[in-house]
Amino acid sequence: MALSPQDILHIARLARIRVTEAEAETARGQLNSIFGLIEQMQAVDTKGVEPMSHALDVAQRLREDRVTEPDRRDKFQAVAPAVENGLYLVPKVIE
Amino acid sequence: MKWETVIGLEVHTQLTTQSKIFSGSSTAFGAAPNTQASAVDIALPGVLPVLNKGAIERAIKFGLAIGATVNRVNVFDRKNYFYPDLPKGYQISQLAKPIVEHGALAIQVDGVEKTIRLTRAHLEEDAGKSLHEDFHGMTGIDLNRAGTPLLEIVSEPDMRSAKEAVAYAKALHNLVTWIGICDGNMQEGSFRVDANVSVRPVGQQEFGTRREIKNLNSFRFLEQAIDYEVRWQIEQIEDGHAIQQATVLFDPDSGETRMMRSKEEAHDYRYFPDPDLLPVKLDEALIEEMRAELPELPQQKAARYQQDYGLSAYDAGLLTQSLAQANYFEATLDALGADVAGAKLAANWMSGELASALNKAELDFAQSPIAPASLADLLKRIADNTLSNKLAKEVFAAMWAGEGEADAVIEARGLKQMSDSGAIEKIVDDVLAANPKSVEEFRAGKDKAFNALVGQVMKASRGKANPAQVNDILKRKLAG
Amino acid sequence: MIDSSLKQLAAALAAKQISSTELAALFLDRIEALNPRLNAFITVDRERTLAEARQADARLAAGETGALLGVPVAHKDIFCADGWRTTCGSKMLGNFVAPYDATVIAKFKAAGTVSLGKTNMDEFAMGSSNETSFFGAVKNPWSDAAVPGGSSGGSAAAVAARLAPAATGTDTGGSIRQPASLCGISGLKPTYGVCSRYGMIAFASSLDQAGPMAPSAEDCALLLNAMAGFDERDSTSLPREPEDYSRDLDQPLAGLRIGLPKEFFAAGLSAEVAQAVEAAIAEYQKLGAQTVEVSLPNMGLSVPVYYVLAPAEASSNLSRFDGVRYGHRASDYKDLLDMYEKSRAEGFGAEVKRRIMIGTYVLSHGYYDAYYLQAQKIRRLIAADFAAAFKQCDVILGPTAPTPAFNFGEKAADPVAMYLSDIYTIAVNLAGLPGMSIPCGFSGNGRPIGLQLIGDLFAEAKLLNVAHQYQLVTDWHRRLPPLGEASGARR
Repeated sequence: MALSPQDILHIARLARIRVTEAEAETARGQLNSIFGLIEQMQAVDTKGVEPMSHALDVAQRLREDRVTEPDRRDKFQAVAPAVENGLYLVPKVIE
Repeated sequence: MKWETVIGLEVHTQLTTQSKIFSGSSTAFGAAPNTQASAVDIALPGVLPVLNKGAIERAIKFGLAIGATVNRVNVFDRKNYFYPDLPKGYQISQLAKPIVEHGALAIQVDGVEKTIRLTRAHLEEDAGKSLHEDFHGMTGIDLNRAGTPLLEIVSEPDMRSAKEAVAYAKALHNLVTWIGICDGNMQEGSFRVDANVSVRPVGQQEFGTRREIKNLNSFRFLEQAIDYEVRWQIEQIEDGHAIQQATVLFDPDSGETRMMRSKEEAHDYRYFPDPDLLPVKLDEALIEEMRAELPELPQQKAARYQQDYGLSAYDAGLLTQSLAQANYFEATLDALGADVAGAKLAANWMSGELASALNKAELDFAQSPIAPASLADLLKRIADNTLSNKLAKEVFAAMWAGEGEADAVIEARGLKQMSDSGAIEKIVDDVLAANPKSVEEFRAGKDKAFNALVGQVMKASRGKANPAQVNDILKRKLAG
Repeated sequence: MIDSSLKQLAAALAAKQISSTELAALFLDRIEALNPRLNAFITVDRERTLAEARQADARLAAGETGALLGVPVAHKDIFCADGWRTTCGSKMLGNFVAPYDATVIAKFKAAGTVSLGKTNMDEFAMGSSNETSFFGAVKNPWSDAAVPGGSSGGSAAAVAARLAPAATGTDTGGSIRQPASLCGISGLKPTYGVCSRYGMIAFASSLDQAGPMAPSAEDCALLLNAMAGFDERDSTSLPREPEDYSRDLDQPLAGLRIGLPKEFFAAGLSAEVAQAVEAAIAEYQKLGAQTVEVSLPNMGLSVPVYYVLAPAEASSNLSRFDGVRYGHRASDYKDLLDMYEKSRAEGFGAEVKRRIMIGTYVLSHGYYDAYYLQAQKIRRLIAADFAAAFKQCDVILGPTAPTPAFNFGEKAADPVAMYLSDIYTIAVNLAGLPGMSIPCGFSGNGRPIGLQLIGDLFAEAKLLNVAHQYQLVTDWHRRLPPLGEASGARR
């Protein structure tokens, strides 16, 4: 498998990372060599093996339905790039 | 060519938990922006989700109520996409192993019952809100709603008309509010409907290409949107254009749907199991606890009403359209000292006068200005012949207008039905004397003339004479 | 004082031989003198540190006691600490002042430690040399030309140079053990779920685990006592009874079965490292341990598996850095998409972008089964290999890294070569096991060599025991780097 320049641009768009053509070309070479390493996996027969998502076989704990969080808007928004009237501001969202 | 419509619905129901699905923030509606957005909700670096038991409990109740499989092991996945109201850049949802699968819900359209199959219901978190008012051309983001628990309920494409879709949506709305897992408030977005709509020539097996209408927040819009969309799709095909898979929005002002994004622009959500959350394993004790907490369900109640009170399936269905309505009915019966006749009377009045008055005032049964006990008092006066049906309606109107309880209105307006047979006989005699022509016609075999005489008597009594009594006395006198 | 063990420091504080404030000042002075050269710290805040020290002094004065009360500790800049700038080594968070404490930080505060500052690290913990930090690479105290390892390179260097008596680190594929090895200190990655991940900026959630870094295993045990424990804010935190990780330190090792995986001693291991590890094995045999050959047949696959799973999780974990609620936002943009793409392109460094792209790709439509699912299945095979090995032995021993510290620039241009330097540590994270690195020698050019000990699930106390017994009969962990003017390092 080898990634094409279009693949790189598509992935970058999905990941919302702007790349220049030169960056895309460098990334393509590096990603292809990394995928060369990753392709080793394809030789392994994993038929019947249960995928392992978690390090330990433990079940999810459930939290009681209680309100425990106070309003800390001012503190949280002190680090925000743009806020007004308690709202986070972003460029106009068009739908 | 004849066309068939195929509809499947995806309904997002906000669950009635106190706190959010993965954080301890309040879910209360209407707070100042971002004051109910904790570190977890705004996705500060390093924060982690912890699952709310209340959300799991409500999903279990729903699964049990629709006779579905409640998956003893279910898994949360991440649905990845960028949007300003989605703070983590992914929504925690359930893809491969949802909590509920394979249920069914019965609906009635024009007296015909139909079963709609439910594919699945899965838990997920709601997003925040984008406010487009003018902030110097910017959009404001409020994350109070972010993390509110949702149960997304997905049906099979089993509906064949907008009417069926509305009936299903209403039945679902009734069920989730009935069992108390959702407040059903559509204005506040507690119950939001997406409709997948396609058309195909009648008799064709394969489905046509569907378009998804997003975020319909009223039953009326649901019906309008589907009707428009179906017309549009048929026109397109008849004009030789193939339908492209797409997501569309309904504009209530124009009554039209418009394209939001095509299939090509469809997201690649890159789902994978959320490593921050472990598989949810439900134990039987919790499921049994939820089963025990479930109230008698609408269909069970309707069946009981038919059996115990001899109500028709239609009446029983009406009375169980909402829990408020059923509760109103049962409270009325309690006050009435229920018997079969009383139950039918109550059912008729509830689906007649009361329902139309409530409807006009945009109130539901729980908000009725006439309490069940008050309605029962009115019904008692019908049962004991104090009031004719016509007078009862007048009393009801007065009660609705706040003139007091039934007996007080009757007293104040002097509306008691005349059942003194002596007084009625006198009026009958007067009427017979004044209408010799009608008497003659009746004797000549014209039955219509009898009705005219009854009408004259009722008029002379100013509507207060008991019609049954008038009939009897007239017949006797004319025979004599 | 600078080179005292944590136990000695706590005793001196308890005996009022020195105040916490004086102790903190001592280390702050040393940081001031040496950090310009080592770049081990991203953020130092003298006033904040001294304020914490004064609080500790008040608690000491009030008669409170505690194994770490008043002891200064440095924290990897991956832990959110209320009021401290917390950058995760990234421009993205260059101005981010955390508004809350990570659970690990809160636990250290409760134990009364004093934060000396936030240590440098590879950006978002993605790296094995500390060269990916936006704030510049950390120098290995043993050689200005050598990398300190990564990603907890700042913590490792700070402890090695005694800029801090101890530090916290995190380990996703070796990020505690490898820099500990390269800098000649001790470091422990606990069993997954032992330390809370709440407030620790996520790299790969199913692998990340916090742990202690200090000169000795004994110090690590004291730190782990403070760090570990159930946290209701982390669903993957394990509800276990608290443990005293020091409890078994003094147990003799007679009869201990040490497993030597043949895959650890194969091609790719440098002769110098092999030699030092062999010598350590001989030392253990002298202590009464036996060795047994074990096999981890799928270990070679751990690197490819890791470079699917970790980037996949990371690509999703790092989506929150979008310039909306905190972090870097591009200064000009024409619309929302432009803002996202520019902010993230400017805020993330090359290695982070590379891994986000790998992760995005392996999760994308049509590739999930071939990559992500296949990697998860092999992950299970790797975990099963360890489970089988632990039927034959009590601990597994081998090298931590294939070579001593390499030079700056040596592997920076070749990601695959860099990734393979974690070949011995990654499998441990995939299996969720505890692993430790302790110093066991030096290369010919004076760079430290680390010995890795791997335990079965929850065998931290056993690992610390095995490490401590070795450190009782060796002095590699006591050696100090030649830092020239900083002769105050010698006692």
